[in-house]
Amino acid sequence: MANPRKNKAFNVRYMPGFTPVTMFCLIWLYAPLIIMMVYAFNSERSVTNMHGFSFRWFEQAAKNTQVQDATILSLQIALVATIIATIAATMAALATTRTKPFKGHAAVYAIINQPLMIPEIVTAVGTLVFFGLIKSATGIHGIGFLMMAHTVFCIPFAYMPIRARLENMDLTYEHAAADLYAPPMKRFWRVTFPLMFPGILAGAMLSFVISFDDVIINLLVAGAGETTLPIYMIGTLRRGLTPEVNAISTVLLGVTFIFVVGFFFLTTNKKK
Amino acid sequence: MSAETTLAHAHGAPLTGAEAEAATVKREVRNRWFLLSPAMLIICGIGIMPLAIIIGYSFMEQGNYAGVKWEFTLESWMNLITERDIFDDTLGWNHAHISIMLRSIGLALMTMVTTLIMGFPTAYFITTRPEGQRNFWLFLIALPFFSNLLVRTFSMMLMLRDDGYINNVLLFLGVIDEPMILIYTNTAVAIGLVFTYLPLMVMPLYASMEKLNFNLVEAGYDLYASRFQVLKRVILPSVKPGIIAGCILVFIPAIGAYVTAKILGGGKNLMIGNLIANQFGTSRDWPLGSAISLFMMIVVMIALIVYVRNSLAEQD
Repeated sequence: MANPRKNKAFNVRYMPGFTPVTMFCLIWLYAPLIIMMVYAFNSERSVTNMHGFSFRWFEQAAKNTQVQDATILSLQIALVATIIATIAATMAALATTRTKPFKGHAAVYAIINQPLMIPEIVTAVGTLVFFGLIKSATGIHGIGFLMMAHTVFCIPFAYMPIRARLENMDLTYEHAAADLYAPPMKRFWRVTFPLMFPGILAGAMLSFVISFDDVIINLLVAGAGETTLPIYMIGTLRRGLTPEVNAISTVLLGVTFIFVVGFFFLTTNKKK
Repeated sequence: MSAETTLAHAHGAPLTGAEAEAATVKREVRNRWFLLSPAMLIICGIGIMPLAIIIGYSFMEQGNYAGVKWEFTLESWMNLITERDIFDDTLGWNHAHISIMLRSIGLALMTMVTTLIMGFPTAYFITTRPEGQRNFWLFLIALPFFSNLLVRTFSMMLMLRDDGYINNVLLFLGVIDEPMILIYTNTAVAIGLVFTYLPLMVMPLYASMEKLNFNLVEAGYDLYASRFQVLKRVILPSVKPGIIAGCILVFIPAIGAYVTAKILGGGKNLMIGNLIANQFGTSRDWPLGSAISLFMMIVVMIALIVYVRNSLAEQD
């Protein structure tokens, strides 16, 4: 009997069993999330038995003032952290790509990436103690502390795509502007900035998602009464689960999805 | 010649060559540090200060209520793995701490190996897709990583509960007669960790495999190598940097995992991250919490040094 494989050209890229493993990975990654989203539409008060289809838990979550307040607080933090981090990261990216290698180059990279190198829980307890000292010394309290803590870990995430964009950018336009006697500031705003803007936007979107989806810094650093979305959600886990948490989670996943899709479009398909 | 230099010549005062060059370099240095200053100030001021405080606190005495007394002591470092008997003041091993540390290191290593075994074929699968499709597959892997950790852990909790989906399906199929106890076990934490950190393994593996030269693979087959031999002798050595990067990227957050063990471990299957958080919460032993944090950082540093030495050896 002829082996059907024999007639086919030998595929050097094929490895037996690799495709099933990949499919298993994707199911592993997505099945819990998809099932959880399905139960957000449950008509009854159960997170494990599906009864009928309804939007009631979305409505209930939207009307819940605690959820509203927590969402607004989380959005405010993410927005402020993103703006500060993106400006700082853009400036740092300009300083590290448009100059010759300088003394301290490696140290600068290490400092920018420092927040990624240390386990988040260590950063969180350290920041908790540090802010505690400042708060008791100055008497200043408020949401600003949490915003600053978010800014720190957003900087490396904003920095990476901006730097990548600057490194891949064609220098011809900037040289042309310089040859035509454009002053440095004008050259930056009219030529460099528009060219690097997709990178800046990508960096901003990434840091927004990272801040909005952060859990550990929120749980440990937030002061009394600063109930952000993750803090509210972990509270509901303690109080007993209803599909309301599924509904909030579904919305959060939707927000993440939109931002990550945007990030991917901005950073890929641009290498012509 | 850079644009910066050209411009300086065009606008600067009529200087001699050497003077102009010096002025340009000076301006470039000033510009650079001006541009770097916001990021450096924020990270050094708010990112690195906490670490300095943690180092300091680990050598201080525990405060009466919380906080610290400003007196030097090595007690917290001793308390990492030993404890004094309440009655006769003898020194013995702190079995609770030792078991939590060993469990964390064990779970982190297990997560690393499992994600590698699952992630390697996945990265290879993505690499061998037509070029236009690769970004799509990569996006599918990356998306869960950027999702809210709490949401992901919560979804895994719904899977593993006694009345969760896994038990429901297995009961329905008749595979089991009564629900398996999955949640609040070490297994649940392990499953959650692999679920959380799998994308961090696939991404660097893919970055490394993308550069793989398939002519070498073909040459291997031409020389009558089997699939396994090609995998072992050609593919694995070329993607070694990606494997090491992936292992480090998974190991560092896995050993410090806090949310996963808190929700899926149910308070009894603690990891180092939970032990640290507890010292700053209910236990109110800040110096001990600081010492445990530093212990974990040392473990992470060792992992990083292994990584750097390996990548340096790779370059030679």
